[in-house]
Order: sequence, then C-alpha cells, then structure tokens
Amino acid sequence: MSILVIAEHDNTQVKGPTLVTVAAAKAIGGDINVLIAGSGCGAAAEAAAKIDGVSKVLVADNEAFAHHLAENMGALIAEIGKDYSHILAPTTTSGKNIMPRAAALLDVAQISDISGVVSEDTFERPIYAGNAIATVQSSDSIKVITVRGTAFDPVSAEGGSASVENLSNSTDLGLSKWDKEDIVKLERPELTAARIIISGGRGMQNGENFKLLESVADKLGAAIGASRAAVDAGFVPNDMQVGQTGKIVAPELYIAVGISGAIQHLAGMKDSKVIVAINKDEDAPIFQVADYGLVADLFKAVPEFDALLG
Amino acid sequence: MKVLVTAKRVVDYNVNVRVLSDGSGVDLNNVKMSVNPFDEIAIEEAVRLKEAGKATEVVVVSIGPKNAQEQIRTALALGADRGILVETDIEVQPLGIAKALKAIVEKESPQLIITGKQAIDGDNAQTGQMLAALCGYPQATFANKLDLGDDSATVTREIDGGLETITVKLPAVVTTDLRLNEPRYASLPNIMKAKKKPVDIYTPEDLGVDMTPRVKTLKVSPPPERKAGIIVGSVEELVDKLKNEAKVIG
Repeated sequence: MSILVIAEHDNTQVKGPTLVTVAAAKAIGGDINVLIAGSGCGAAAEAAAKIDGVSKVLVADNEAFAHHLAENMGALIAEIGKDYSHILAPTTTSGKNIMPRAAALLDVAQISDISGVVSEDTFERPIYAGNAIATVQSSDSIKVITVRGTAFDPVSAEGGSASVENLSNSTDLGLSKWDKEDIVKLERPELTAARIIISGGRGMQNGENFKLLESVADKLGAAIGASRAAVDAGFVPNDMQVGQTGKIVAPELYIAVGISGAIQHLAGMKDSKVIVAINKDEDAPIFQVADYGLVADLFKAVPEFDALLG
Repeated sequence: MKVLVTAKRVVDYNVNVRVLSDGSGVDLNNVKMSVNPFDEIAIEEAVRLKEAGKATEVVVVSIGPKNAQEQIRTALALGADRGILVETDIEVQPLGIAKALKAIVEKESPQLIITGKQAIDGDNAQTGQMLAALCGYPQATFANKLDLGDDSATVTREIDGGLETITVKLPAVVTTDLRLNEPRYASLPNIMKAKKKPVDIYTPEDLGVDMTPRVKTLKVSPPPERKAGIIVGSVEELVDKLKNEAKVIG
C-alpha cells in the first residue's frame, strides 16, 4: 500500500494536524509520501522531509497553489493521488474544503473525520455529533480520508530523512481568486494544540467579560474557547468556537464556564482528559460530562479561581 | 438568476440520538425529522437574494425517501418557489447525492447552488464540494457572507484561523456556515401557500444516476462513556482537586 498525506502548512512550517495525519497513515501501514503544495514552500518541504515515517516528499511549488484554492488543489491531488491506495488529510477547514473535491474527481467516496483505523479499508468515525461511532468499510480502490486531529498521537516532527521530489504541476483553473484573509492574532496557544482550554458560553453575557477568562488562561498557559452561543451572540470571533461544527479539541484540562452543554458543544470537547464545569444552573447538561462540577455564579467563582492560582 | 438549494431530511437537532442495541444504526422510530439546519441557512440565503431582486427563482431539491417531501414543503413555506424530490429508499451517501444533484443542475441550469456545509446526521461535509467538482464549478465553502454579482460571487469563509474572502466565477457552489444568516420561521399563510407550489419527483433511474453506496456501515456503537464526576462545594476544593487528584495544574 502507498499512502499520500496532504500536508497542512504555511509555506515555512508544517502544522500539527499533519503529524496526526501521518500517525493515522502509519496505523494503516504502507509507504508514506507527503504532498507540500504552495508557493515558496521550500522550507515547509524541508520540514516535511524530517517527519518520522515519511519516505518521500512531493513538492508542488507554484503560484497556482498559493492560497490552497480548492479548484486547483483538488485537481492536483486527483492527478497525483491516482497512483496511491490511500489519500489522507487532516480534518481542518482546508482539508474539509479540498478533499471531497479530489474524491469526486477520482469518482470515489470520502471517509470523513476518522477517529480510528480498524484495517486498511475499515475505519471508525463519529456521526450524529459524536453521539454514535460508525465502523465503515470502503469498497473504493482509492480511499480518500480526513483524520480527526484528536484521534491519534502525533508522530515526531524530527528523525526522518525523506527524499524530496519537485513536481511540475502548475495548472491554474482560474475559477476562483483569493482576495484577503482576516486571521486572528493569537497571544495564546492554538485551541487544537493547547494542553489546557478555558471556554466561555452564553453565561459570559458579553465579550468584555471574557477578560475574566484571559487572566486565568495566562496563568495556566491555556487557550480560550467559546460555545456557539457565545460566538453567535458576537462575544468572540468564530475561530474560537468549540463543537460539532467548530473545533474538535481534547486537552488535558477543559474548563467550561457558563456553558450549558448542548450536544453540539459536547461533541467538540468530551474527549478531553479532565473536564471542569462552572455554571449556576445545577441542571445544565455540561455537569453530566464534567469530572468536577461547581454550581456557582461564574462572576464570583472565576475571579476566586484566578486568585487561588496565585 | 436561478438559485438551487438543498433540503436534506435529517433527525431534528434537538433529538438526543440513541444507538440501537443490535449495533445496526441509530433509532429512527418516531423521531422528529427536520430540514438539516445548514440547509435551512441555504434556503434563507436564497430567499433573501430573491427578496433583494438578485435571484428570480429559488428551486429546492431533496434526495431521499418519499417523506422528504415534508422537508421540501418546509422550504417552500420559507419562500422557495418550487421543489424537486429525487426519491430513493437506499442509504444516500455524498458522492451519490452529488451525482443526482449534478443531473438536476444540468436540467435546471442554476447560476448559483447553495447547500449546507454538512448534514447533522452523517457529519460528512462533502456534498457541496463534490457537486462543484463534478460540474467543474468553483466552490466557496463555509460561507459567512455572500455578495452576489452578475457573473461572480464574493464570499467570506470561516476558516481555522479566522476569515478568508474569495471571489468565484458563476455558476458556483456555496456551502453555508452557521453565521451566514438567521433563518426565519414559516408563517401559517405561507405554510398554506406552500401546499400549492409544484414539486416534481424523479427517481435516480430517471436521471440516469448510480447512487449505489460505496461505503458500508458495519456497525454503529455508542461513544465511550465518561465515568460520573463529582460536584465540588467551593472554588478552593476545585483547585485542590485539580492540583492534587487530577494533577492537571501545577
């Protein structure tokens, strides 16, 4: 078997979810190649060559792939992917955007967001917002798969010595154009990489009150998340949303503050190792998944918690 | 400009889904079924485009069992003009759905197709992208804002680090994210009117589409259960437990 992993990168560094995806590829077993597509992405290709378990890095360095537009990326992946038994990408917004396009061009199904590998053609994946786990078997000759970022332990970013092959693919289909991006600058760890996360919900009442969480986050080195209710209400930006349709996280410690615990939110965090819930409503569903629950007014409890952290 | 939207029949988002004890699937008996919430956002966006004079007709498509007509009627009550049901009792999967939608696109020639970014049953998030690929159209997924021009659309997309804006040539496929709009509720007069709006019914065979599932579900199991936790009496006790029992903070 031969597996192509579509790397997520920023032209200079390979991002964490790629290492998780390579781990899933190792669980399937076979020769693992990594595709770095971008513009001026030589440094990322060098980094990819050091990933543990990778035998070859394919580099498509061209303006056509600069912003990973789905049309050009889908065509590229379908073209080079046809020689592989498996094509894997992380379940990130980029992977979710590109991979179904490549799968359709190859006339194969995609298996989304796998959380386990049973065999080379059989995988586990959450359905119904994680309220059920389906074991599914693919009958396609090429398995196109996205991999849940919390489901496998990442491989080491060091220690490998893959060969690097430059591809000549450069097709720009000209169907779409990248205009701009508005990326939130983070002073704290990224949600999907953080060891501790503190999240706020509707109970925070407004965006200003998230400052209460910031102080705690700074002391714990934590990332700050939010429930959909808090994002919809405009308290915080969309990239902070944890849940079925936001980010899926599984930190060592997840502190849910003023979050009721809708199933769509639980879907994004219930694999966390330790869950703390602070909510004044003792019937809130979040307490059913919490290891430690505190029934209290968050506006008293959080400053007190903050003070005790020293 | 004609706009095509989708309305998948799914278990209502408020239902707490139960896995069947024989592992064959989830319990769908007497469970409330609704339009996939992301498709509702797609329908709302299309209806707003019509109200703004940018779209001339909104056509809603559902692919599934006979009962999916209920979801088409819901979309018609929300303002879609007419419906199309591709009726099939087989398990519908994204690639097959995309092929059926492509056949409808060829019949209807819409300039814009809006679908939900994912359905809340299978959580696949594939259909819009697959449809775009099969038609050779550009795609703008996870849309947070849509500005429709005459021959292009500018779409702001929700991505992992924040937002991204792209411009796609028409015809194009757009998939909706949560914050594109807030769908309206159907009024009683509009529900009555919807009953008179036309709905065409096709089978996959009529369309010449092979919707055979490519992925077989071997079993469905409940997720691992978390062991019951405790309620602590004070913030001091919470900090003590986190430091000395769970050992997750220093």
